[in-house]
Amino acid sequence: MTTSSPGDPPADERRDPGLQPERTRLAWRRTTLACTVAAILAVRQAVHDGAAPGGLAAVALGALVWLAFLAVAHRRTTQLAAARPPRMSEGAARTAAVCAVCLAALGAALLL
Amino acid sequence: MPDLPGGPGGAGAGRPGRVLALWFAPGRIGEEGDTPDYRFSLANERTFLAWIRTALALVGGGFAVDQFLPHLDGRVRAALAVALLAVGALASLRAVNHWVRCERAMRRGEDLPGSRFPAALSLVVGLLALCMLVVVLLGRGG
Repeated sequence: MTTSSPGDPPADERRDPGLQPERTRLAWRRTTLACTVAAILAVRQAVHDGAAPGGLAAVALGALVWLAFLAVAHRRTTQLAAARPPRMSEGAARTAAVCAVCLAALGAALLL
Repeated sequence: MPDLPGGPGGAGAGRPGRVLALWFAPGRIGEEGDTPDYRFSLANERTFLAWIRTALALVGGGFAVDQFLPHLDGRVRAALAVALLAVGALASLRAVNHWVRCERAMRRGEDLPGSRFPAALSLVVGLLALCMLVVVLLGRGG
């Protein structure tokens, strides 16, 4: 399998046999799922006290955080479709972390 | 959380100010050293994502404590929940910090930075779990 025949794509186009991009894509998917669970729990917390204006704002914020994470994950998984994907941007890392921090801050604001 | 000084870094390699500056200046990592094998960067990214999942699980746990332990005293419940939320927020911030440091160390060909954070986090989570166990058992007995 290591010898290259004329029909093979050039070395740069060949896919990593360790499937690193695929594994990274699945890691993004798992993380999106974790974010979904946390966002749902946050929304559940917000609607617990009835439809107060503060609660509705919290629901909107939770949905916004979830959408932001979804957008970052989607963008990154699209990039990972390449045979040699570029490294994750600082913006993507920061957005993912800020989403977790926002959910935590939302929870603290609802609790206190 | 304090990270161990990483490797034989150049001047100011481990200073928090520089790492913080890297957060807010996208693309600055790309200017240093050589681009590592993309597979190493992807492995670093997966580690980062695993830490983000840990942080999200802690945040979710904070919500769960408040929502699924209704018989607990209100103040104790809020304290435990807020502690879990705070640890989750800290873990996610530290995830970005560590990812940046690892990426930079790889570009410069240095050793990967060590960290005390995993040990500290497991101690804190263990302590919180113990607190919760005691509180729940006392609540049931009393």
